[in-house]
Amino acid sequence: MKRTTVWTALMSAGVMAAGSAFAGPVDDTLIVNEEIEMVTHTDAPAHLSDALDEIYSGWHFRGTETRAMQADDFDNPGMIFVEQAQDAWDTAEGSEGKSCASCHGAADESMKGVRAVYPKWNEAAGEVRTLEMQINDCRENQMGAEKWKYTGGDMVNMTALLASVSRGMPVNVAIDGPVQSTWEQGKELYYTRTGQLELSCANCHEDSYGKMIRADHLSQGQINGFPTYRLKNTKLNAVHARFKGCVRDTRAETFKPGSPEFIALELYVASRGNGLSVEGPSIRN
Amino acid sequence: MKRSIMTMALVCTGFAVSAAEVAPSDVKFEDGSVAQSLSGTSGDAANGRQVVGNKSLGNCVACHQVSDLADVPFQGEIGPPLDGAGERWSEEELRGIVANAKMMFPESMMPSFYKTEGFYRPGNAYTGEAPDDTFGPLLSAQQIEDVVAYLVTLKE
Ligand code: HEC
Ligand code: HEC
Repeated sequence: MKRTTVWTALMSAGVMAAGSAFAGPVDDTLIVNEEIEMVTHTDAPAHLSDALDEIYSGWHFRGTETRAMQADDFDNPGMIFVEQAQDAWDTAEGSEGKSCASCHGAADESMKGVRAVYPKWNEAAGEVRTLEMQINDCRENQMGAEKWKYTGGDMVNMTALLASVSRGMPVNVAIDGPVQSTWEQGKELYYTRTGQLELSCANCHEDSYGKMIRADHLSQGQINGFPTYRLKNTKLNAVHARFKGCVRDTRAETFKPGSPEFIALELYVASRGNGLSVEGPSIRN
Repeated sequence: MKRSIMTMALVCTGFAVSAAEVAPSDVKFEDGSVAQSLSGTSGDAANGRQVVGNKSLGNCVACHQVSDLADVPFQGEIGPPLDGAGERWSEEELRGIVANAKMMFPESMMPSFYKTEGFYRPGNAYTGEAPDDTFGPLLSAQQIEDVVAYLVTLKE
C-alpha cells in the first residue's frame, strides 16, 4: 500500500520534473539544397502501430547548427565522400577490367530508388541482402575485384553515393514473403535486453526517445539517414558500426558488422522507418 | 605501529570476499528490499556521492537528476529525479533498488548493480568483447552500501 501511494506521487513529480527539461523532437522542416523536400516525420507504418504512432528521423533530435548543415550539400561534409565514391564508381578494377559504371551507367539514374528498398531478398542467392552485400557481390562476381571491408571507408563512401541519389524517396523495405523470418529475427533482437546493463534497442529508442541519457538526446534510432557523417569522429559511419556501438554500450559482447544478426536487425530497423525519406549522408553529432 | 598492521591486513583482504559480505547470487530480496548490509559494514555517504556522479562508477546521473550533484554536468532524465529519495524509501528499499531494481520495479530499465548472472551476451565492460575472468557486479558490495548511505541523505 505504502509503496503504491509513494509511487503514484513520485510518478507525477517525475512527469513534472521531466516536463521542464524534456526536449522532444524539434519541430522543423528539412529541405535540402532548396530542392529536395524530406519527410523527416510521419505516421508510423502499420506493423509498428502497437508501439509508436509517429516516426521521426534522427535529424529532429540534433541541434540547430547540425540540422542546418544537412540542408545544403556545400555545408555537408558527407558529400566529399560521395564525390570520392563517384570517382570509384567510374574506376575500372579487378580481373574483368570493369567499373560500376560499365554495367550501371550513371549512378544518379540507375541507382535512384535502390537504397530505399534495401535490405531486400535476392532470389538467385536465396538470401536477404544488404546494400553492402550487393556491392561486394558486384565487386567479386562482376568485376573480379577484392571485396571491400564491410564497414571500411570505400564501402561506406559507396553507400553514401547510393543513398544520396535516392534522397527524398520514402524508405520502403518489404517485411513479408521470403524476408519475413529474417524480419522476425531482427524484431526479436530489437526487443532483447543485451549485456550487463540489460538494455534493448527499444528501451532507449522506443520507450525513451526525446529524453536525455547523460549528454545524449535520444532519437528513435532510425537508419534512414545512413551513412551518417558524425561530427564526433569526422567520418561517415555505417549502420552496422552504429549498431555495434550501441550494443557495446550495453556492456555486451557485440555482434560483428555483416553478421546474420545485424543483417536481420538492419532489415527490422529499416522497416521501422518505412515512410521516412532516404536522407544519407546525414549529419549527426 | 599497531594501526599500520591493521591497515595492511585490511588491504590484503580488500579483494577477497569477507565473511560478512553477501555474494551477488546470495542476496535475499523481500518485496524488492534487502534488509542486511551487503558488505557487513555501514556505508560512507561521501563516497556514495562520488559513485552516483562518476561516469566510470555508478553513473546514476546518466538517467537521474540529483540537485545535490549540481557540479556534475549532463544529468539524464530516464528515471525520476533522486531528490527526496531518502524520504520516499527506507534504507532497506534503497538497498534493494540499487542492488537489483527489477525486484522492486519489474521490467525496469534501470540496470542491476549487484548481479553477476542471467545476462544475455554480457561483455567485458565497454570493449564489446566477451567477458574475461575479471567479470563482476557493476558495483562492489561496499560501493552499494556507500550509495545507499548517500541516498538516505537525500531529503527534500
Ligand atoms: C543505452 C542506450 C542505447 C541503447 C540500448 C541503444 N542505443 Fe542506439 N543510440 C543511443 C544514443 C545515445 C544515440 C545517439 C543519439 C541518437 O541519435 O539517438 C544512439 C543512436 C543510434 C542510431 C543513430 C540514429 C541517427 O539518426 O543517427 C541508431 C541507428 C541506433 N542508435 C540504433 C540502435 C539499435 C538498433 C540498438 C539496439 C541494438 C540501439 N541503438 C541500442 C543509445 C542507445
Ligand atoms: C539506464 C537508466 C538508469 C540508471 C543508469 C540508473 N537508474 Fe535508477 N531508475 C531508473 C528508472 C527508469 C527508475 C524508475 C523505476 C521504474 O523502472 O519504473 C529508477 C528508479 C530509481 C530509484 C527509485 C525512485 C526514486 O528516486 O524515488 C532510485 C532510488 C534509483 N533509481 C537509484 C539509482 C542509483 C543510485 C543508480 C546508480 C547506482 C541508478 N538509479 C541508475 C533508471 C536508471
